[in-house]
Amino acid sequence: MLKIQDLRVEIEGKEIIKGLNLEINKGEVHAIMGPNGAGKSTLSAVIAGREEYEVTGGTIEFDGKDIMDLAPEERAHAGVFLSFQYPVEIPGVSVTNFIKTALNESRKAKGLDPMPAKDLLKMMREKQQLLEMDKQFMSRSINEGFSGGEKKRNEIFQMAMLDPKLAILDETDSGLDIDALRIVANGVNKLKNQDNAVMIITHYQRLLDHIIPDFVHVLYDGKIVKSGDKSLALELEKRGYDWIKQEIEA
Amino acid sequence: MKLHDKLINAFENLAQNRAASESEHSSKLRAQGIAVFKSQGFPTTKDEEWKYTSLNKSIKRDYNFSSEYSLDLEPEDVDRFLCARVDSYKLVFVDGVFSTSLSNTTEQDKFSVSTLKEAYQGNSEVFNQHYGSLADAKLSMVGLNTAFAEEGAFVHVKAGAVVDKLIQILYINSDSSKAIMSQVRNLFVVEDRAEVQILERHQSLSDDYVFTNVVTETSVGNEANFKHFKLQNDQDTATLVDSTFVKQGAKSSALVDTYSFSGELTRNNLHFEFAGEHAEAHMDAITLLKGATLVDHHTFVDHAVPNCQSNQLYKGIYDEKSKGVFNGKVMVRKDAQKTNAFQQNNNLLLTDFASIDTKPQLEIFADDVACSHGCTIGQLDEEALFYMQSRGIPLKEAKAFLMFAFAGGTLKNITIPQLKEQLINLVAYELKVDLELNEATL
Repeated sequence: MLKIQDLRVEIEGKEIIKGLNLEINKGEVHAIMGPNGAGKSTLSAVIAGREEYEVTGGTIEFDGKDIMDLAPEERAHAGVFLSFQYPVEIPGVSVTNFIKTALNESRKAKGLDPMPAKDLLKMMREKQQLLEMDKQFMSRSINEGFSGGEKKRNEIFQMAMLDPKLAILDETDSGLDIDALRIVANGVNKLKNQDNAVMIITHYQRLLDHIIPDFVHVLYDGKIVKSGDKSLALELEKRGYDWIKQEIEA
Repeated sequence: MKLHDKLINAFENLAQNRAASESEHSSKLRAQGIAVFKSQGFPTTKDEEWKYTSLNKSIKRDYNFSSEYSLDLEPEDVDRFLCARVDSYKLVFVDGVFSTSLSNTTEQDKFSVSTLKEAYQGNSEVFNQHYGSLADAKLSMVGLNTAFAEEGAFVHVKAGAVVDKLIQILYINSDSSKAIMSQVRNLFVVEDRAEVQILERHQSLSDDYVFTNVVTETSVGNEANFKHFKLQNDQDTATLVDSTFVKQGAKSSALVDTYSFSGELTRNNLHFEFAGEHAEAHMDAITLLKGATLVDHHTFVDHAVPNCQSNQLYKGIYDEKSKGVFNGKVMVRKDAQKTNAFQQNNNLLLTDFASIDTKPQLEIFADDVACSHGCTIGQLDEEALFYMQSRGIPLKEAKAFLMFAFAGGTLKNITIPQLKEQLINLVAYELKVDLELNEATL
């Protein structure tokens, strides 16, 4: 589904991603771990199409197609979803209005008519329940005055509404208490199936207790330096990253 | 011949004919007006109040002062410039002449919606009492208007009366055979406890240049409630200089909202004066420009008495090479204790060629007051745009969402749903998006 080969990315002349390879197939859950500044959030932003980053080499293919020249919204229409580490507050735009526009723009891109209001409402209600969200939530301005937990639940709510092929969760666990973490993880697990994939970017094991990864990768200094199964995450939790640094330098 | 001299000559020719039909009071005001204009001339950028806006281009054109070829207009021709589907009284002027067939006036015991023309003869006590008493006669553009104006809207609401419908005032320029300069005038007298809402618009149907110099005088009585909406969406050949003066009695509420979308050059002088305590004044504005359009808002709020409140919310979005000016002056005089004066001017510049000059000006001579002002100039938030795009919302629509959100709050005082809807549609049209942008959004 996602195939990244020898990816190199710069921002303001500084190389952040230095020849990264990654392949994610449908039905898989991948976790990307690594110390601060390793390039984890850069990787997620580049896949989603953020323009501030300059791709200086390599390729990103999605569903067999090169997506490097696609605008962020086109990538979204193709099925890429990025859950933000810091969701942006947009005063004056309600959650309902926002998600309706996002969903219908996506349908438009696929040549479909806007979703009938009744169906949309029904779908919204279902997904709200899945994420244990309050009804009043929908009429609030998006992310404005939301608590950390509400912001992340709202991200997963949008993911549920948009039904992406690949969901990238960028530090979705940060700022969450235990209950919110459980709700968010439960939501992701319910949405997970054989035809989609999830890429989780995290510092900690705790989200991976709830969403079990098939693969764990260590991103260090702009490259994936080690891959393994879920036990690698447990080992990192126990031992930190220093041993990996030593392994590389050796 | 320079426009200034041409106007002086024209005045002298007119004066002789007018003398017979107009009251002494009217003639006197006209003579004073032309004297002020004669000595000061058109404002220039050397004048502090006109520092950022030059009338040079507009006054170099060769204007005629009256129209010979008025189009024969049907209601369908003008209705699209009015707020639709709302029951209203209408005053429509075509090339400075009141159109009976396009208008819907009323003369009732409690209120009248009519024109000024007859009043210059001196038979209206209300006119004689208020006309010329509210506008600042020392201003040259006011002087010019007073010298020439012969027609305009005259609304009189007697004590305790509530005007049951919106009053729509439309000034149409239809003559396309030459450039026209027109001087029109409004007089609104709203007595104690009376209520009225007015929508005003100036619209050119011609391709030639138009220069409109309008003066509005509004007297708001004690406990009265007055709302005046201005819709400025004229062609890019139109210059509009609007000078509006509102004087408020105790416990009254007055609002002047200005929605500007186009026109070559628009200058809004908006003066509020509190004459009675516990009154409140509201000024909201959206300025949404592109091309080489210029809109200049100059406000002046005179807190002359204690316990009054003024609120100014001016929001501007400038695209392409458009230009905005905001100069908000608030005067809190020595005795005006417990004044609450708020002023906010937020601007978005969408290109490197767009510009805004913004200048808050607070002069406070009382010590127990709450005054605040804030102004911002910024660009659209890239992070927010990316956030929306990453959810599948295209860039254009994402920008529109942000701009709509930015303009939020400026329509909050509109209670007529049709008017609100019309303005929302206008904004959506200007942003070229087909989004469901509803009241909640704005």
